[in-house]
Amino acid sequence: MSMIFGVPLAVLSGQLLIGIINGAFYALLSLGLAVIFGLLKIINFAHGAMYMLGAMTTVLMFDYMGVNYWVALFLAPLVVGVFGVVIEYFLLRRIAGQDHIYSLLLTFGVALIIQGVLINWFGVSGLRYTMPDMFKGGVNLGFMFMPYYRAWVIVAALLVCFGTWFVIEKTKLGSYLRAGTEDSQLMQGFGINVPLLISLTYGFGVALAAFAGVLAAPIYSVTPVMGSSTLIVVFAVVVIGGMGSIGGAIITGILMGVIEGLTKTFYPPASSAVIFLVMVLVLMFRPSGLFGKEA
Amino acid sequence: MTMMKKLLTSAVASALMVGGAQAEISDNTIKIGYLADMSGTYRDLAGPNGLKAMEMAIADFGGQVNGTKIEVVSADDRNSPDSASSTVRRWVENENVDLVAGMVASSVSIAVSKILEENDRLGIISGSAASSITNEHCTPNHIHYVYDTYPLANGTASAVVKEGGKTWYMLTADYAFGHALEADVTRVVEANGGEVIGSVRHPFPTQDFSSFILQAQASGADVIGLANAGADTTNAITTASEFGVTQSGQTLAALLLFLTDVHALGAETAQGIQLTTGWYWDMNDETREWSDRFMEETGVRPTMVHAGIYSSTMQYLNAVAATGSDDAQTVRQQMMDTPINDMFAKNGKIRVDGRMVHDMYLAEVKTPEESKNEWDLYKILRTIPAEESYRPLSESKCKLVNN
Repeated sequence: MSMIFGVPLAVLSGQLLIGIINGAFYALLSLGLAVIFGLLKIINFAHGAMYMLGAMTTVLMFDYMGVNYWVALFLAPLVVGVFGVVIEYFLLRRIAGQDHIYSLLLTFGVALIIQGVLINWFGVSGLRYTMPDMFKGGVNLGFMFMPYYRAWVIVAALLVCFGTWFVIEKTKLGSYLRAGTEDSQLMQGFGINVPLLISLTYGFGVALAAFAGVLAAPIYSVTPVMGSSTLIVVFAVVVIGGMGSIGGAIITGILMGVIEGLTKTFYPPASSAVIFLVMVLVLMFRPSGLFGKEA
Repeated sequence: MTMMKKLLTSAVASALMVGGAQAEISDNTIKIGYLADMSGTYRDLAGPNGLKAMEMAIADFGGQVNGTKIEVVSADDRNSPDSASSTVRRWVENENVDLVAGMVASSVSIAVSKILEENDRLGIISGSAASSITNEHCTPNHIHYVYDTYPLANGTASAVVKEGGKTWYMLTADYAFGHALEADVTRVVEANGGEVIGSVRHPFPTQDFSSFILQAQASGADVIGLANAGADTTNAITTASEFGVTQSGQTLAALLLFLTDVHALGAETAQGIQLTTGWYWDMNDETREWSDRFMEETGVRPTMVHAGIYSSTMQYLNAVAATGSDDAQTVRQQMMDTPINDMFAKNGKIRVDGRMVHDMYLAEVKTPEESKNEWDLYKILRTIPAEESYRPLSESKCKLVNN
């Protein structure tokens, strides 16, 4: 078997594929953050909590109402999105136009409250969620065993990422959005309801996080704390990609998944640090991020 | 010198006992501090329900010892030795706490036991895993009650090797506890004629184990050993099941699993996994009776740690009642002199190094067909006698043991 740096090629191909799968998760999560920051200039520290809420909602809807996976895929992001709109309307709107640090602290506080309340109700061991039957099993690719569900994760995440990018960058609705945040008074003058647009954008951003949560429910432990560690990594991804760059968030997400995957193969103890190492390097040589506009 | 002083103090104290037992109980209150992770990764295995178990013991004891009232205070250690240390300092220096109990993260227990030794108060550790707590870190002021890494490795690893799992690949949490457990497992595997052919140290905590599982699969080892705990273990097991580890003929060996972990995984995912436990709620009428009461209070079945907290609190209160004293050394000696016979352990003994030795159990997670309800999760395969389970005193590095 051919080897690369002492690692069999087959193992390496497997790790690359796993990296892409994890990268798809990062892409989805950092995309939501980038949308919220790029359009609303809010640093959304509640993003991890929204991801967790997406997963928890999926499990609870199944346990108490028998809602299946496919319905949850639409319903959970909707529920969490509406919750996001409520937060925007009652809380974030009050501090609009203030320094970034206010939105950061506010959303961080909201995240801690949500997490604390859910820990009291459900504990931290995790809730059970059985994988839908059609995704059970997998296919042997020769170099690795590929569970069907992981393949679905790539497809679903990339479709949603591309769709979001397309809507924001290429459609009229997207141009209203971008214009509304650029100069809201002018847009108001054109008869566009900017406050509503902002609420919906925040709702959509957190719905993306919740969607990632639904995708995560069958494969990771669903617990109230699942979002807190993910959040920090995803923030690093957004910083590397360039705060607010939609396409940058997607590409960087996948790239970081692959880099992390390779680190797990060659030097596992560094795998939780490698993304931050890249972040430091990027900030040193290209402070606005790989895809960010130069300030 | 200190030993001499302690002897003298207790001699003087005994002389003063003529004045009645209560004279010896400081400020006329038995004050117990319950310290545990109340909100983090290790919350469910001890946490708020452990406090409930302690309160059940106090209520069963009658709420007072020979007319002296029992008071409980509690705190969240947040798995941080620093935070735990400042709490315990306040408790023993300003609030006259006599006993500190609970304690999960091994680093917390080791830090706290040092403070207890400085102030000559008693600690009973129920949640921690590291066997070093009663080995190189032993003190005359604490007791380690429920289990430790030594029997975990002994029970599970030797059983799996004897069933033909000769080659092992270890997934190890990259911190002190994981390294200790990996070392214990390696020792046992090799002693039984097996071999550890590779290992990977993963960061703590890790959510996605797919990459590590893939490496373990590629190793071709008979057994994938999980030297980690809590969410790391459940995530690894879920991923292993998704990637068809057992179907491809490899066995999973989880070295530390609590009932709450297995409950979170469910019988479907966890079936067939062998584990070592210090206690299980559904072993006999006595354990079931207590577990039913616990469930009425909390809504869940107790882990071995919950049961251990109840049992050790009882043992402590009995010792205080018998000696009429809340002095740490007097009570500890009495606890060592009294075998433990209750729903938690039969003929359990607290050794001079502070280790409570009792029978351990090798269990297997039931299949969904065998499991009658969500908490009906273990079959007990074998009782591992106390003397076979724990590190013998002859191998001890504890300063209290004369080797």
